[in-house]
Amino acid sequence: MNIYDAIFYLFAVVTGLSAFFVVTTRNIVYAAFFLLFTFFGVAGIYVLLGADFIAIVQLIIYVGGILILLLFGVMLTNKITSVQIKTGTLQIVPAAVGVGLFAGFLIAVLTYTEWKTVDTALPLTTTEFLGVMLLQEYLVVFELLGILLLIALIGAASIARR
Amino acid sequence: MIEQYLPVFVVLGFAALFGIAVVISSTLFGPQRPDPEKSSTYESGMTPVGSTKERVSVKYYLIAMFFIIFDIEVIFVYPWAVQFKKLFGEFGISVFISMFIFLVVLELGYLYAYKKGGFRWD
Repeated sequence: MNIYDAIFYLFAVVTGLSAFFVVTTRNIVYAAFFLLFTFFGVAGIYVLLGADFIAIVQLIIYVGGILILLLFGVMLTNKITSVQIKTGTLQIVPAAVGVGLFAGFLIAVLTYTEWKTVDTALPLTTTEFLGVMLLQEYLVVFELLGILLLIALIGAASIARR
Repeated sequence: MIEQYLPVFVVLGFAALFGIAVVISSTLFGPQRPDPEKSSTYESGMTPVGSTKERVSVKYYLIAMFFIIFDIEVIFVYPWAVQFKKLFGEFGISVFISMFIFLVVLELGYLYAYKKGGFRWD
């Protein structure tokens, strides 16, 4: 096990454990905060995959933005933190059978698929390449993106300030 | 390429260590003589009023939505900024202008939101 694997398992454990707590915690604010660590762990895995730009996007948009929206969504809702969660556990046997079958199916797919591995070296950084592409080949798309964001902004402003 | 991230890991490690060390050392070395006054919520010396689980105004949500949109805008500025020197040497001022147009388009939205009163509080 080299250092690469060690870092991967570190981030995998962070992602998996926090995702588990997101699902199991009874306090919805805690769940939102655990989601922060899930997003962060995924960003770390993106870095290990050589997708540095995606990792930055993950950190800035998801950790910095979407999570804030989620937390506001929780805080805007009346008495959501003290609500009694009434979901009970029922039909354990059929659920276990269904989940087991699905898990077995997934594991079978995972083992019997011939995964394509890439022999070529990973690009050093993707951000620089993206910058060049954005301003040369995809310049029109880039400016259209600005207009798309403008539409979203105007939509948000006009819906919220009725 | 993973070596490039060594400083990031060092910072993460120090941040985690510091956070854990502060909590553990204060429980280990700090004297614990709690009384009801001490255990109450600290609110700058005031007596706490009401619950923390109150609804906040929907105006915060609007600000958060504007923030997300400008967050996404920054994402597109970032690869441009990384390559700016090289692209500027190649294409000159047009690199600057193309980003300027992108930003101006979004500033139009900002002006609209401002005129619409999206940032007014009352």
